[in-house]
Amino acid sequence: MIRFIRNFIKRILNDLFATKGNLKIGLYGPPNSGKTTLANRISKDWLGEKMGAVSKIPHETREVQIKEKIVIQHKSKELTFNLIDTPGIATKIDYEDFMKYKISAKAAKQRAKEATRGVIEAIRWLDDMDCVLVVLDSTLNPFSQVNITIIGNLAARDIPVLIVGNKTDLRKANVKKIENAFPQYDVVGISAEKGKNMEEFYESLFRVIKGR
Amino acid sequence: MLTLQFVPYAEIEHLESDARIGRLLNIVKDNKIVLMQGRLQPEEETLLIQHTMLSIDKKFSGIEICTIFPEERDLQFFNKMRKEMGKMLVGNRDGITIIGPASVVKEIKRDPKKMQLFTITPRFGSRASKRHAARRSSSSSRKTKRRR
Repeated sequence: MIRFIRNFIKRILNDLFATKGNLKIGLYGPPNSGKTTLANRISKDWLGEKMGAVSKIPHETREVQIKEKIVIQHKSKELTFNLIDTPGIATKIDYEDFMKYKISAKAAKQRAKEATRGVIEAIRWLDDMDCVLVVLDSTLNPFSQVNITIIGNLAARDIPVLIVGNKTDLRKANVKKIENAFPQYDVVGISAEKGKNMEEFYESLFRVIKGR
Repeated sequence: MLTLQFVPYAEIEHLESDARIGRLLNIVKDNKIVLMQGRLQPEEETLLIQHTMLSIDKKFSGIEICTIFPEERDLQFFNKMRKEMGKMLVGNRDGITIIGPASVVKEIKRDPKKMQLFTITPRFGSRASKRHAARRSSSSSRKTKRRR
């Protein structure tokens, strides 16, 4: 009940003071699901420049990155927002896992240290979001606790969610499984790397923002 | 040896979120797997992740967590209302939550109605086995200190 009242007040205050350009769209998800690849795709599509570095090694993004005033247009509609790319959320970080990617022990320990800080920072940013794109790797089982925790938190905060099933260019991809796991949410399958199905993605984004 | 510790909801319901998380995390850091009645609030789950991240060091690499709870999709209006009232009065005791140290639990696979726990059995002499032994000895020395 208290949460409901808190969210209601927050929504009214947001509606009173928010301007069109202040809309914050966050990218959340587990490590290596392709959040930064999608951020780069959106940024490149509309600003002509990339947003951050991507790598096969988990926790490449260890700090929150912001791209301000992205203006996207779709079917005579326009949307201006700040895109916030967050570090992947995980429940465990072992520096030895990074050493499998031929990183020195010292660099792996440093990466692990920064990654733990990144997870904390990403969670802190949750309250500031107006809309969240939950990016999931569609080749993996969607029933992971991290996915459930992220989506549960967004629901508790009454933040609109669009679930993005990424990596649909891969053979094992199964967007249907994500749809079955989260039937109450909009799910769109894309390949951020190849730019596959981005039209539908932008359409879904407009729909979710409009229903806010 | 694998130790499972059952935590009934009644044991943590009177605690504030921070204390509740602290209690659960302390058990996990003692290399035990927590079997908790009910589930944490979504905000408490993120708090648990944040506390876990702050606790990561040479000996503790994090947790594996999984919650399983009954589906409530097809409940009729009055049943749903009764259930919500029950939750408001006595807390959410539905379902079960498993939290284990990442050094012991490699992965928890979850289907909507099934959980599979994959544990790590370190090979003798391997780096994982040495770390596991170090964690065991540190948790047992902590216990000895407490007894004193």
